[in-house]
Amino acid sequence: MTVSIIRFGGSNCDRDAGRALAHLDIDAEIVWHEDGLPADTSGIVLPGGFSYGDYLRAGAMAARSPIMDEIREAAADGVPVLGVCNGAQVGCESGLTEGAFTTNESARFQCEHVYLRVERDDTPWTAAYDEGDVLEIPIAHGEGRYEVDDDRLEELESEDRVLFRYCDEDGELTEDANPNGSKHNVAGVLGERDSVAVLMPHPERVTLPDVGGTDGQGVLRGLESA
Amino acid sequence: MTAYTATVTVRLKHGVLDPEAETTKRSLERLGFDLEALRSTDRYEIDLEAESAGDAADEVEEMAERLLANPTIHDYDIDVAERE
Repeated sequence: MTVSIIRFGGSNCDRDAGRALAHLDIDAEIVWHEDGLPADTSGIVLPGGFSYGDYLRAGAMAARSPIMDEIREAAADGVPVLGVCNGAQVGCESGLTEGAFTTNESARFQCEHVYLRVERDDTPWTAAYDEGDVLEIPIAHGEGRYEVDDDRLEELESEDRVLFRYCDEDGELTEDANPNGSKHNVAGVLGERDSVAVLMPHPERVTLPDVGGTDGQGVLRGLESA
Repeated sequence: MTAYTATVTVRLKHGVLDPEAETTKRSLERLGFDLEALRSTDRYEIDLEAESAGDAADEVEEMAERLLANPTIHDYDIDVAERE
């Protein structure tokens, strides 16, 4: 049973994810998208990067590659799927999760540490935390503003499918703490099943203790729950 | 079969923030222009052959639905013209 980290042309956080998972003793391998999904896949990571140069829209091309049909099927069977950054954009573009991650309000690429509030602690991705916990995790994106129409956002909220929101150090959801203008400070959402999650911040970059903290470990542990 | 050029214009839905357009508008204002609003769109010109203009439009509509536009944030228009 192995986690498959899907590498598209232009993925560049695939090896980071691999090292982070190895540190957590979660068996993982990088899978080139054209090779298809290995039969023994126990979890899936859509890693960060700039697949297909972000042409058309970030994640749009990768979301239409044939392996995504296999990933949607696996997700429907309950295989955990985690999309990070470009992987989150791919997740939304492919319909695994709702909404869209689009141009930051600043119209700039932003690379900085942010705080996230855990909105639910009963999902595989957040079982290591308590609701309301504040995590410090880096972002690195130009298109991370969560956008969805207001009615649909209300429904997603009432279905408890917002997983993380940008907050300040004390867990307050302020405008200043929202780095990219995301609606209702949304940083990560769940798919139809709790076993599918996407987020713009990078938990794999705060998993190895030597390189900047361990707040992201719990998110990645969602991949071992299968 | 007839040769057509289909033009697909993809624009953000009303109410969706367009930071690049806002930045462009501010730059125009800095140059001294007076404008009320500015919207940016993406335009794709697609050459294809089809039995009729209607068939060409149907084909291109599917392209827009499946790739060129993201229905969460975009609306789009299609124009089809015979190609010389």
